[in-house]
Amino acid sequence: MNLFSFDFQPIIITLQLAGVTVVVLMIFGIPISWWLAHTRTRFRPFFEAVIALPLVLPPTVLGFYLLILLGPDGWIGKPVEAMSGSTLSFTFTGLVIASTFYSLPFVVQPLYNTFETIGKDPLEAAWTLGASKWDAFWTVASPMALRGYMTAIVMGFAHTLGEFGVVLMVGGSIPGKTKVLSIEIYDKVETLDYNHAHLLSGGLLAFTFLVLLTVYYINRKFPINVS
Amino acid sequence: MNLLSARFNLEFDDFIFNVDFEISVHGFTVLFGPSGSGKTSFLRCISGLERAPEGFFRIGDEIWQDEDRGIFVPTNERSIGYVFQELRLFPNLDVEGNLRYGLKRRTRLNSNTLFNQVVEIMGLESLLSRHSGNLSGGEKQRVALARSLLTRPRLLLMDEPLAALDTKRKQEILPYFQRMQSELNIPVFYVSHSLGEVLQLADTMLLMDQGKIITSGPIQEVLIHPNLRKYLGQTLIGTVLDTTVVRQDEKFQLTVLKFNNHTLYVPHRSVSPGKQLRIHIRADDVILAVEPMEELTSVLNVLPAQIIDVRDSYEDGCKVDVTLDIGCPLLASITRKSLINLNLKPGNNIFAHIKAIRMANEVD
Repeated sequence: MNLFSFDFQPIIITLQLAGVTVVVLMIFGIPISWWLAHTRTRFRPFFEAVIALPLVLPPTVLGFYLLILLGPDGWIGKPVEAMSGSTLSFTFTGLVIASTFYSLPFVVQPLYNTFETIGKDPLEAAWTLGASKWDAFWTVASPMALRGYMTAIVMGFAHTLGEFGVVLMVGGSIPGKTKVLSIEIYDKVETLDYNHAHLLSGGLLAFTFLVLLTVYYINRKFPINVS
Repeated sequence: MNLLSARFNLEFDDFIFNVDFEISVHGFTVLFGPSGSGKTSFLRCISGLERAPEGFFRIGDEIWQDEDRGIFVPTNERSIGYVFQELRLFPNLDVEGNLRYGLKRRTRLNSNTLFNQVVEIMGLESLLSRHSGNLSGGEKQRVALARSLLTRPRLLLMDEPLAALDTKRKQEILPYFQRMQSELNIPVFYVSHSLGEVLQLADTMLLMDQGKIITSGPIQEVLIHPNLRKYLGQTLIGTVLDTTVVRQDEKFQLTVLKFNNHTLYVPHRSVSPGKQLRIHIRADDVILAVEPMEELTSVLNVLPAQIIDVRDSYEDGCKVDVTLDIGCPLLASITRKSLINLNLKPGNNIFAHIKAIRMANEVD
């Protein structure tokens, strides 16, 4: 096997995709989880079910609907095309949007659990000490939720790394643009290039394992403190 | 002045909380009542953590809630301190971080003077860099109280702060509460269902039951009220006296107390002369006699008294409550049979024999 012929591009695209997706996921995931943990609405089960959908839905089904949504005639794709002049399907941005939906439960779940464990008590204490709700969120709830944040980031990142079906449906497999690691592995196997398939799969396996190991190790060392 | 007006109405699944009253707060106002009587709801409404739909709350000249005019000041803008039953220290901060959390947000000037003063009063100097998870129950208690005090609240709310501590720890903490009161003079609303805490701390008592205020007033006046027996229980009904220690009787190992020109003897307590000592005399521990019987009985404390009132406040018809005047009121429970045998009537001059005196800080 010739190292010079090794194509790093799918790896770079995959890492970029996972990185950007995690940032987007945290921006949306924290408020959603916070709201879910503190709302008194009786429709909470409904929202919980909607968010958990990607856990059980075949990625192709999710990918199919996203493809339609993001496409030139879709509810999201059409206005975006009108504004920017380009469609979302088969682009990196489209992939990020798709991955965000796909990995949402992996981010919301740990955040929601953490916020629920922390509960309202420490926040009430902070309010009585003069902290506004925003202030109390950043200075009390967030430091207490650090472990949950970390778990959410790692799970969101790791889960996005390995996605296949949704990416294939929404992004296609355009080399250098939307061709990610898992699709590359599939292609290599299809063309019986087991050497490359081994290298990529082994690398992904080792990397994912290391990431999870780090998370569990840190979790053990810094348990969530709720007085 | 610290005149406090409150009108709250909250409906829960199993009970209705309904309060409408006015009180002048100073020192410790103890909210006393069985669990589920609405004491915590009361504190939560005052603090703004709970919003009664038609509520009204005013302290001094500040209105914190007036739903008729659409006023509701959020919790963080009310000048209150709140010591929660579960204390709720911030686990991500050390003791000093906890203490400075409110200080930073509420006080601007001289904050270091205040910080040092409160740390000294609460005895926290050696704990400042400690992690809040590594504190004993009593230490956590002092940190939580100090944290609230540092915001210089107009009103301090304390919700059964000692409920989780055993008797010995309680007795270690209570002096800190009293010292806090005498040095900082912040009015406190203190929720409790412990007789001992009520007796030791209360200046004013607010009796609650089933979401309503039954009565309020100086503790001496509330506890002497025979009609409140069903709320207060047989052991608390009686007379509260704030006495001064006169001297120690070394020969008989007695401590001599004085109030209203009367002298009382109690078994030796290590309190230096001049100090205040609050005592409690149960209505059941007062024996009435038409003659002084100091020479005939072993009772040490005999006070001349005049009967002011006889009341049939017991339900069983066996006993009656006799209110006496000894310069202040004194309550005695005797049997109806004795009342008739001795032919006791209001206006009679008799002698009250006190067979037992309890120190407020020894009542559990």
